[in-house]
Amino acid sequence: MNTKGDKSKDGESSHAKKKSRRPKYSRFSQQELPACKPILSPGWVVSIFISIGVIFIPIGFASLLASERVVEMRFHYDHDCIPAKYKDDMIAFIQSNVTNKNCTRRLPVTTKMKSPIYVYYQLERYYQNHRRYVKSRSDSQLRSVSSEDSTDNCAPESFATNGQVIVPCGLVAWSLFNDTYKFSVKNRSLGVNKKDITWKSDREKKFSSDVYPKNFQSGGLIGGARLNSSIPLSQQEDLIVWMRTAALPSFRKLYGKIEEDLEAHDEITIEIQNNYNTYSFNGRKSLILSTAGWIGGKNDLLGIAYLTVGGMCLFFAICFILMYVIKPRPLGDTSYLSWNRSASGGQFNF
Amino acid sequence: MSGSSGRRKRKIKWSKLYSYGCFRPPYTVDSDPSQQLLGQPGFSRVVFCNEPQLHKAKPYKYPKNYVSTTKYNIVTFLPKALFEQFRRVANLYFLLAAVLSTTKVTPFNPISLIAPLVFVVGVSMTKEAVEDWHRFLQDLNVNSRTVKAHVGDGLFIEKTWQGLRVGDVVKVNKNEYFPSDLLLLSSSFEDGICYVETMNLDGETNLKVKRSSEATLDLANDQAFSDFKATIRCEDPNPHLYTFVGNLELKNVTHPLCPATLLLRDSKLRNTDYIYGVVIFSGPDTKAVRNSTRSPSKRSRIERKMDLVIYLLFSMLLLISLITSTGFAVFLKSEMVEWWYLSLQDNNPFFIQFVRALILYGYLIPISLYVSIEVVKVLQAMLINKDIELYDEVTCKSVQTRTSNLNEELGQVEMILTDKTGTLTCNQMEFRKCSIAGISYGGNINKIDRAASKRMNVEVESYRFSMDECEAASQSFEMFEFSLADVSAEKAALAGQKLVQNSSTECSRISSVEGEPAIKGFNFRDDRLMNKKWSYRSNLFDVTMFFRVMALCHTGIPVEGDQNHKLKYEAESPEEVSFLIAAQEFGFQFFHRSQSIMFLKEFDPSSGKVVERKYKLLNLLEFCSARKRMSIIVSNEDGEVFLLCKGADNIIFDRLADNGRSYQQATTLHLSNYAEDGFRTLAFAYRKLDAVEYDKWNSIFTKAKTTIGPEREEILIEASEIIEKDLILLGVAAVEDKLQKGVPECIDKLAQAGMKIWLLTGDKKETAINIGFACSLLRQDMRQFHLILDKESATSNQLKEMKEDILNQLEGFQKVKSEEGNKDTPLALIVDGKALEIALRSDVKAQFLPLAVDCASVICCRVSPKQKALITRLVKEQTGKTTLAIGDGANDVGMIQEADIGVGISGMEGMQAVMASDISLPQFRFLGRLLIVHGHWCYKRISKMILYFVYKNIAFGLTLFYYEIYTSFSGEVLYDDWYMALFNVILTSLPVISLGVLEQDVSSEVCLKFPALYQQGQKNIFFTWSRIIGWILNGILASLVIFLANIYTFSPNAFRKDGNVADITHLGAMTYTCIICTVNCQISLIITRFTWIQHLFIWGSIFIWYIFLFFYGALSPAISKRGFRVLAEALGPAPIYWIVTLLVVVVALLPYFLHIVIQRSFYPLDDHVIQEMKYCRKGMGDNNLMWEREQNNSVMMTQIGFSARVDARFRFMKEHLNQKTELIYRSVTSRPIFRSLTSSPVVVD
Repeated sequence: MNTKGDKSKDGESSHAKKKSRRPKYSRFSQQELPACKPILSPGWVVSIFISIGVIFIPIGFASLLASERVVEMRFHYDHDCIPAKYKDDMIAFIQSNVTNKNCTRRLPVTTKMKSPIYVYYQLERYYQNHRRYVKSRSDSQLRSVSSEDSTDNCAPESFATNGQVIVPCGLVAWSLFNDTYKFSVKNRSLGVNKKDITWKSDREKKFSSDVYPKNFQSGGLIGGARLNSSIPLSQQEDLIVWMRTAALPSFRKLYGKIEEDLEAHDEITIEIQNNYNTYSFNGRKSLILSTAGWIGGKNDLLGIAYLTVGGMCLFFAICFILMYVIKPRPLGDTSYLSWNRSASGGQFNF
Repeated sequence: MSGSSGRRKRKIKWSKLYSYGCFRPPYTVDSDPSQQLLGQPGFSRVVFCNEPQLHKAKPYKYPKNYVSTTKYNIVTFLPKALFEQFRRVANLYFLLAAVLSTTKVTPFNPISLIAPLVFVVGVSMTKEAVEDWHRFLQDLNVNSRTVKAHVGDGLFIEKTWQGLRVGDVVKVNKNEYFPSDLLLLSSSFEDGICYVETMNLDGETNLKVKRSSEATLDLANDQAFSDFKATIRCEDPNPHLYTFVGNLELKNVTHPLCPATLLLRDSKLRNTDYIYGVVIFSGPDTKAVRNSTRSPSKRSRIERKMDLVIYLLFSMLLLISLITSTGFAVFLKSEMVEWWYLSLQDNNPFFIQFVRALILYGYLIPISLYVSIEVVKVLQAMLINKDIELYDEVTCKSVQTRTSNLNEELGQVEMILTDKTGTLTCNQMEFRKCSIAGISYGGNINKIDRAASKRMNVEVESYRFSMDECEAASQSFEMFEFSLADVSAEKAALAGQKLVQNSSTECSRISSVEGEPAIKGFNFRDDRLMNKKWSYRSNLFDVTMFFRVMALCHTGIPVEGDQNHKLKYEAESPEEVSFLIAAQEFGFQFFHRSQSIMFLKEFDPSSGKVVERKYKLLNLLEFCSARKRMSIIVSNEDGEVFLLCKGADNIIFDRLADNGRSYQQATTLHLSNYAEDGFRTLAFAYRKLDAVEYDKWNSIFTKAKTTIGPEREEILIEASEIIEKDLILLGVAAVEDKLQKGVPECIDKLAQAGMKIWLLTGDKKETAINIGFACSLLRQDMRQFHLILDKESATSNQLKEMKEDILNQLEGFQKVKSEEGNKDTPLALIVDGKALEIALRSDVKAQFLPLAVDCASVICCRVSPKQKALITRLVKEQTGKTTLAIGDGANDVGMIQEADIGVGISGMEGMQAVMASDISLPQFRFLGRLLIVHGHWCYKRISKMILYFVYKNIAFGLTLFYYEIYTSFSGEVLYDDWYMALFNVILTSLPVISLGVLEQDVSSEVCLKFPALYQQGQKNIFFTWSRIIGWILNGILASLVIFLANIYTFSPNAFRKDGNVADITHLGAMTYTCIICTVNCQISLIITRFTWIQHLFIWGSIFIWYIFLFFYGALSPAISKRGFRVLAEALGPAPIYWIVTLLVVVVALLPYFLHIVIQRSFYPLDDHVIQEMKYCRKGMGDNNLMWEREQNNSVMMTQIGFSARVDARFRFMKEHLNQKTELIYRSVTSRPIFRSLTSSPVVVD
């Protein structure tokens, strides 16, 4: 301790009883802890702005560059894939069991796409994040066979018509997306790898390899895709992807990976099985082929934001330099003290 | 037994000594109509003296003598305290939310709502309980004091106060408090009188005489009570301190009882060895307890404003809930039916969604704000209590913040209402100076002159410098310097400075201002008088007479028992004691008094020996406030009869003989000097009477004395008027009502901090003014307004006349004020209690208060405790300023309770003031540091803290709302339940607490150096609506930045190299990370002083979030659910996660940063500049001058206080000097030589 502490000790020995009530000295209790008191001096201000600029602009360029490298192809097929005679009644078309929902389109590849090329489907105006929807699932059922019966939140998709438990239960699973895509280039079909399109943790921990689909889509209303009941849930990667509910009403989900490069000016033929009903709620469907960089998919916004902020900070730095030059206020300039100012008139209470 | 013999010796009949005052005509039953009221409703109490067992059963069962000041007891604590808690609207809201959260409506886990509420309410209730416990302990302490009570057969044994019953006979010894309201039966004086000190009840310091009924006088010893029985019939318990109606039935004879027979609880027995009394009113029935009011719970200004902020947030909450539920309803009706994937069966009604939204957005209302504030305030209070600088070594007490509610209010005080006795002064008189035979002794330089002259010297030095360059004037300057040295005694300041340096013998003539006097009550040093040296003075007879008056003209008695033959004295007023002590020091020791003879040990200058002399006491004309003098007529051993008189100077001067005025002129000069120093002065005079004249007068006086009837006193006064004339002035003595240590310095600081100080005292006007001068609340060049009822209207007692009188006076003041308005003359208002009562009436106060508030200082004298409270309330309500009342006695309780902050002085014995107070101080001088340092800090801390809290909860809460827009208002939450629960509890709480406890804009020394900084709190510039709105906007902005940046960079595209897209979990964790980083970085921009604690808390909080996220994700998915491996697997490896965090933090903080940069650079506040000055000072050593100059500048506007007074004196001296130099210059230039020298070039021209 320091000198003050010693002093109080000396006192203690002299009259011990009196001293007992004296507060003990400590730097904390006397609020004298050593501290740094940074002051926003002009130097600091300018250097903070400059350093933000200096850090942000390179990051901005890097992200923009990364975003530029990502090639993305997008194909809205929901309207395109409706035969002309059903254009007026798309809902009837999609709900009918007899209509041919195959649809083949050709898309040109404008830029070279390096493998892996990720295939996504994108839904819009689809509220996977609705409170009721999100809740309507049973994670424990997916995790282990033993808790097959825990379907508390799954209503109305808890039990099949025969009264047996549905596995996987709930609206989320029930509404599983069921469009399928096939790709070919120059009449050579492209393999779509549907393995490992999910998070490893999902496959290993959340979806059990012992749980098999049961009574799924056996009720009166068929929501979406059916599941092969001989494959355990942990391998039903489409389901796993779908069960990761999206945060926003427009979302993409990974369909698979094409592990071949696509050259520029290639033309991809896409065969789409247009099964999923987005028509009744005016949703939109699209198919997306995209590569990915360290930044993920195409994302110009981030780079632009970084560049803007960096640029603004540099601008502020210049502004402040100019202002400090034009209207300098020396540190600790006493004429700014309120008592000195009030003497000369106006008072600021900024 | 020596004790009993001593007692016998002391049995003096005081009524015989006193001419009047104590002596009253016998009291008869039919003289008082109120006696007839006995037995009627309201006057039905019956007390069986010495038979307390009769009071155990109805109908005579009265409460025990246990007094409780606690708010709760064990049974009532829970319901009462809970009720108190849920009177807060916010708490009620959270209770409702918690109840609803147990139903299906809830958007999240009920625990996350119930736990914080239980915590909040629990903490607050624990605080209440602890505070009440302390009150209980204090009660216990008071209630277990002991007193001797009669248990039968004349045996008195110690009994606790609480064990007393009505009817008990008790014996109270000297300097003990009365345990309850007692009926005085007899005292150690033969005629049954006793002295009581009622300072705790009404603040008056002079002793009051109580007198027992004639019937019980013979109960003079313990044995007499063995078979004593009597019945008292009296009024029921009531709060009126000065009335009492009752009678005593003793042996079938009824004796009336008057208020003088009643000894009140909380008053103290003085100057009387013991009394016997019987308990009439006990515990809660006592008048003192009935008179006290429960202390109201106080809330600080900031907290009240915070409530408004909470309401604002609440309306914001209602608004967005309404939007949510409406939106939901609209979606439901128009679109949701089409969403087959929801397979909707039931329609969620609008109302349930509304309730759900209310719960969901509850984060806007910072529930933890209340907890955090409570925690912070308790910690702040702890730090205040621990401050070594606020510890008093003498009393071994330190500051106690009894309620921590008001910490920040301490930083906003604008008005201080202070009691005098025991608060500013120690209730101890010291003999300081005297002027005998026209010569002043005891030094004549006061602190103010000394300080002013010191500054003057600096000026003179620089002046000399400039003069040296001009050769022509140098000669004249020397002359000037010479002339300055012998300016009159008042301007001896400069010379005094030299005296101190040059001669050590002269030095002793200056009475020391600092340092404790060697003898209590005697702080006088002057070699010319001390050690019997006075015998070498001229006018020896007058000097001797002066000392004789001092030694004889009093009503005191010597108390034996002190080493080296020094006696101690007891008298009605401490003044007299100090005179007696002084007389003893000068060699006139009054050592014994018998019924008619006073014995002195006098130093005889002619023989150089101490001789004993007897003075026969012939008459004693007692002091009273109307006469303002006291005389004693004695005859010495030679049979010469003298009238010795002491009294107020103007009274004495009026009654001087023509040949007795030889010293009047010199004495008047000294008087004004003494008065400005704040000393109380009494003039001494004598008159030699010849025997015939005396006998003639004595017969008149004796006749007057025996007159019975209302005009008796007037006749007595007239009679004394006849003899008290043709006096010969001896001199004046100045006693100092000793200020407590550090009081002037403290007042100086408080004044510089912009606080107004009002002195409210029960004492008389002169005393109050003296103290006003002593504390520098008044100074000579102030314009004083005296608001006093003139005699006519006061005596007529007609309200209308009094009102008119007051209004006229006020108008006059107003006129004077407007005439002098521009001249900056500080004003002082001195109000008398009676005038004040009129002035505070509703139709007059409109004129009175503005004037009073405009005055630099206000002194209210002769005010009752009730008036004190009334003034406090009016000032508080009418001016809207934060008031602080400080006092030490029970008479200050009302004021302490009424003020925004009540401060009790704990140094004295009585605990009432402390019990009623919010903060107790050991001494007044600590108030300065308490307010200027701790108050300032706490104000800033709490206001910054609240604003930050609002910000952080808006920044967080609104993101929940924005997300609702994207989920069709369905009530889905973006974040995991755990994230939400941790937000206020762990992730953002510690930094804000460290802000609230440890933030300092400037260090304590700087605070004290620049008390003007305190005005930031008075102007409340840190908690204005513009600031509040600003912070709300900042919060909205931050929430927008956080939310939008996240949803647009994370959706819908992949966010990782492996093509994975973000789902609700990732987006939630991502957004939440941004919130945590942003709000924690924001606080680092607010904090100006970083200790390791702040660093640890701020950066630790951010770090803990990542740690939490990591470990939460590592738990089994059954527990962590959506959060499973979210950081380790998904977010951590994605560079975009880190990049976006950086972007969001910078963008969200940029507007605030710009704001503070612009403010600091171009519109700095005082604390900013001072911080910079301090910072710059580190580098350069020569900034001290600037530092000091600014200190002086900052206090320029101060009108009261020591420094202001020095300034005024300095200006005065400077003016004087200028005049003088001008004069000299003129005389030099008008000299022919000079003229010829300077005019010659003109001639050439």
